[in-house]
Amino acid sequence: MNLATKDIRHNFGRFALTTVGIGLLLMIVMGMGGIYRGLIREATLLVEKIGADLWLVQGSTRGPFAEISRVPANLEDRARAVPGVAGARRFVSHTIQREHRGRPLRMVVQGLSWPEDRGAWIPLVAGRPLRQAHFETIADRSLGLPLGEKLKLGKDVYEVVGLTKGMVGSGGDGLCFFTVSDAVSIQFDVPGEGVRLERQARRARAEGQDIGRLQPLLLERAAGPASGIPALAPPQVSAVMVTLQPGADAAQVAATFATWPDIKVYSTQQQINLLLAGMVDKARRQLGLFRVLLIIISTIIMALIIYTLTLDKIHDIAMLKLMGARNGIIVGLILQQALLIGALGYGLAYWLGTFAFPKFPRLVVIETPDLLSLAAIVLGISVLSSLLGIWKAMSVEPNKVLS
Amino acid sequence: MTNAAADTTPAIEAFNLTKVYGSGNTEVVAMKDVSLTVARGEVVALLGPSGAGKSTLLTAIGLINPPTAGRIVIGGQPVMEADHALVDLRAFRRQHLGFIFQKSNLIPFLSAVENVQVALEINDVLPRPARSRAMELLDYLGVADRANNLPDALSGGQQQRVAVARALANEPSLILADEPTAALDSERGRQVMELFRKVAHERGAAVMVVTHDHRSLDVFDRHFEMEDGRLKNGTERNIEQ
Ligand SMILES: Nc1ncnc2c1ncn2[C@@H]1O[C@H](COP(=O)(O)OP(=O)(O)OP(=O)(O)O)[C@@H](O)[C@H]1O
Ligand SMILES: [Mg+2]
Repeated sequence: MNLATKDIRHNFGRFALTTVGIGLLLMIVMGMGGIYRGLIREATLLVEKIGADLWLVQGSTRGPFAEISRVPANLEDRARAVPGVAGARRFVSHTIQREHRGRPLRMVVQGLSWPEDRGAWIPLVAGRPLRQAHFETIADRSLGLPLGEKLKLGKDVYEVVGLTKGMVGSGGDGLCFFTVSDAVSIQFDVPGEGVRLERQARRARAEGQDIGRLQPLLLERAAGPASGIPALAPPQVSAVMVTLQPGADAAQVAATFATWPDIKVYSTQQQINLLLAGMVDKARRQLGLFRVLLIIISTIIMALIIYTLTLDKIHDIAMLKLMGARNGIIVGLILQQALLIGALGYGLAYWLGTFAFPKFPRLVVIETPDLLSLAAIVLGISVLSSLLGIWKAMSVEPNKVLS
Repeated sequence: MTNAAADTTPAIEAFNLTKVYGSGNTEVVAMKDVSLTVARGEVVALLGPSGAGKSTLLTAIGLINPPTAGRIVIGGQPVMEADHALVDLRAFRRQHLGFIFQKSNLIPFLSAVENVQVALEINDVLPRPARSRAMELLDYLGVADRANNLPDALSGGQQQRVAVARALANEPSLILADEPTAALDSERGRQVMELFRKVAHERGAAVMVVTHDHRSLDVFDRHFEMEDGRLKNGTERNIEQ
């Protein structure tokens, strides 16, 4: 006869309520672990999926994810000349927050180096990759933009031609892929008045220097587009991504780039490490701290409940001792109840999580190793929380039955 | 069932039991120099005014309230020397003693039959035989029809009979009862007392009952009287002339 389950049947309401409470707490603990895994996955998603072997970024920076990096777009061409390099692409990425259909729309504008990269590598759930050099975009489903949706950014209108699922930037905002030139013009879109003011400023600068006075034609140039002025730097991009030829020695190629003083080279793994060590680290510690606190709280709550359940039975426990029951029977009664509350709470947490976690605004990733370690923790807190009750039960004298 | 009654070793031998509660100002001498012997198959009453030390003596012999001084021998085996246990008390209680109190002290989350069954399982009887033995006992005590009710659903008398069944479960050689009939009407009380007598005589168990109920004294083979912690009538006075 199992005394623990008989008692539970008798005190079902209280037991059920306790289990639900513990279950909810454990769900939050589980969810926090999942949010942490989600952070990591979202942070590293783009770096892993985009298929670059090496990243060339502004010298002495740790860009383009962990901090801002600016390199000239023509670094692409220099990189292609290095032996072992199969291709080089510009990496343009920036987060914008605009208004669309009266609601704020926050997205990561991600450039694809048209024409070699049309986004064929992007896993689509609907639609197609880019087919033209301008005014098309592939959007993540989380942005809520349907296929065929027209999106006005800056002076131009872009059409959503493809949809992805779960492609988000390190901040959790959905990715939107454009060609690099579109991405740059979205980023550097300047209102007409701004353009007029800039041209005036150029003209004033040229007039102030001897070359402007000697070559009046230059003053005409100041009114043209920036690309028509050789004295202005080429457009800047965040980074250049390099893919290696099959069989090329990555270390060798990286060593070559490392000798270029104007840039810094990182492997994909180094980029991932930079992301995790920097951006994710504080969030990870914060979540970890919360998890520890919640586990401690769960233990205390469970210990109190097991203790009061034991106090309620203390007279019966004294009677069992009086009848000669071994300690094992009494410890078993308390421990089994604690384990049952822990196990049922854990099961409830898992079950509730399957409904709740997908509705969280950011990705929650529940991985088997995390589930197993939480199960071990729950086992631990069940045992720990029963100690107080067990101690109380062990210390009661059988003649307590008489009082 | 057992031929223990034929054995001449006494069921209980107590030598110079003394119990002092507290110390200094609050010191109470609850039992002073009590010696007695109870034979197997004998049913004895323990009488005396409130505070005389009856419960103190009964629980000392029951090995749940160690005396301050003295010696207890049960079934020929020395078990207590002052407050020092000579055997594993819990195991000894499990195998040899049965208790009944004024309150039935049934475990509230177990049904009547389970309350009896648990006493058997504690003594390493397997669940199935324990169950059928428990049913037999309830039947013997006339409460088999309420076997599956929780104690709450039983009347005081029925609860007490289940408690008696539980005390008898492991066929103890010594049954100790402290005012077992106080909560019962006189007819039910008498039935329980007669049951003790039946058990003692049929099974050779010794039964010691603390009681205030003078109407059923004729059931007992002998009675002891206590006053101020002392045994008034020394050893024996047969009331069954
Ligand atoms: N745990 C205790 N601590 C201190 N004194 C106690 C304790 N238990 C009993 N006593 C005292 O010991 C004396 C004997 O008590 P006991 O319970 O043995 O009396 P009793 O004969 O059973 O009385 P009653 O008929 O009222 O049950 C009393 O004076 C009582 O106050
Ligand atoms: Mg008493």
